Amino acid sequence: MNARIANIAANTFREAVRDRVLYNLIVFALLMSGAAILVGQISIGIEKLVVINLGLTAVSLFGVVIAIFIGIGLVSKEIDKRTLYTVLSRPVRRWEFIVGKFFGLTGTLIVNTLCMGIGVFAALFYVSHKFAAADAWVLSALYFIVLQFLIITSLALFFSSFSSPLLSAVFAFSLFVIGSFSEDVRGFAAMTHGVERWLATAAAYVVPNISALNVISKVAHGGAIPGDLVLLNTGYALLYSAMVLFAAIWVFEYRNLK
Amino acid sequence: MTPSRKVAAITAALFVACLTASILVLERVDQVRRGATLQEFLYISSPKAAKRLSLGYTGLMADLYWTRAVQYFGGHHARGDQEYQLLGPLLEITTHLDPQLLVAYEYGSNFLAPARPTGAGEPERAVNLVKFGIQSNPKEWRLYYDLGFIYYMELKDYSAAAEAFRQGSTLPNAHPFMPVIAATMATHAGDIEMARMMWRTTYESGNVERSVKANAVAHLRALQVDEDVINLEKATAAFKAQTGQYPSSLLDLRAKGMANGLYPADPLGHPYKFMPDGRIEVSRPDDLPFITKGTPQGYQPPPPKFLPTD
Repeated sequence: MNARIANIAANTFREAVRDRVLYNLIVFALLMSGAAILVGQISIGIEKLVVINLGLTAVSLFGVVIAIFIGIGLVSKEIDKRTLYTVLSRPVRRWEFIVGKFFGLTGTLIVNTLCMGIGVFAALFYVSHKFAAADAWVLSALYFIVLQFLIITSLALFFSSFSSPLLSAVFAFSLFVIGSFSEDVRGFAAMTHGVERWLATAAAYVVPNISALNVISKVAHGGAIPGDLVLLNTGYALLYSAMVLFAAIWVFEYRNLK
Repeated sequence: MTPSRKVAAITAALFVACLTASILVLERVDQVRRGATLQEFLYISSPKAAKRLSLGYTGLMADLYWTRAVQYFGGHHARGDQEYQLLGPLLEITTHLDPQLLVAYEYGSNFLAPARPTGAGEPERAVNLVKFGIQSNPKEWRLYYDLGFIYYMELKDYSAAAEAFRQGSTLPNAHPFMPVIAATMATHAGDIEMARMMWRTTYESGNVERSVKANAVAHLRALQVDEDVINLEKATAAFKAQTGQYPSSLLDLRAKGMANGLYPADPLGHPYKFMPDGRIEVSRPDDLPFITKGTPQGYQPPPPKFLPTD
């Protein structure tokens, strides 16, 4: 990574921290400690399951919300505040600006996920009083959640590069929801014929496959995550987010900023 | 005090006052709208729809529905209600959201199957629930045990019970009692000894909660009482045939050499009462839930406790 991208990424991270994004960790901590203490009293036999399911779901949803709501403002905010012109008047290329923003927000989300992951394991230890070998699979689920963030961040950034914040949020969130149903979308495509089939299949492959990155329920039951799934999901998330990032760079390159 | 501090103090006091008042009013509203509380309504009754709406976070949704099922059953049970309309749908949604949530099959079938007021009195629905569990978790011997248990205890379908136990006994890690139960079922279906064996298996099974063990202990005690009462009443009948009158205590039976193998007290240590008409009664029937014999005439059992403890 060149120094200009690193600087933009570092500034994006700093700005997110200054915007009190990491305050969500307090809510998360309260949620986890509340769940760990209360669930044993109001339910039967699911203390550990709730800690993993609730913890990982919260990590995922908090991260998605941050990715969308920070991501949509990454470009438009700079234009509104006119700071973008200051940045681009220096020897910074437009693509470097987009890539730097992407890495900055991704870094914020990774730090956030790390803190939350520690919280999940702490709550797990509180309810189980020990760690089991199968608990290590929670790390795989956390890794997949980070991959999910790469995709959502790139989408938010893409929409932010040409649309208003409100519409960008709507588009990014819609794609997150559709992506959660991506296997159904592919199922619908398989049921159609002719041109509709081609269009439906194309749509199914264009929308992000978020469902394949959600293994929360499986790891909550101590299920193992196959190594090839980790590799393939990593490849998919990197390729998809790179593809969207390229699209964002392409749009931003041609955008009239006057 | 500065004007701004004064405003802050007044608004804080008003905030607390309004919050307290709204809570009190809501309490009154709940009293007026009794029976119309949120838990009596299921916004999403289709398991498939619930799964779609969870956006892939099915594990957490299943945990929420399971907790709701537990609260629903516990609340109705504690009030001694006879209706459990939402229990079945809640359990079905839970298990469709997370088919691996074994606790929902094991406890859920125990909520659904027993006759009212102990359970919801829906053994067929419990059978379907456990069958779905077996379909989703074919290597879990406990589910076959639960299925056989419902067939045996609630539906009295001994051949179906024997088949469930037989299938479960072939699985690796199955409890050693499983093949014994399957084999014994053919000849001893309906016996107290058979029921005792099954409750003992429940008690000894690993990974079960204290409440389940306590429930098994309560049933084992009840079986012991039923057996004791049968044996004592046989002895009192024989005593009357020999002497022309009923015995007033175990001492009378002992004097005639008829007390061999008879227990003078129930498993909690309270002596059995010898009634003038030859019946045997327990001293404290309320302490012995699930007994079918030895209760005073016209006895009405109290509402069963939810998840009894030792």
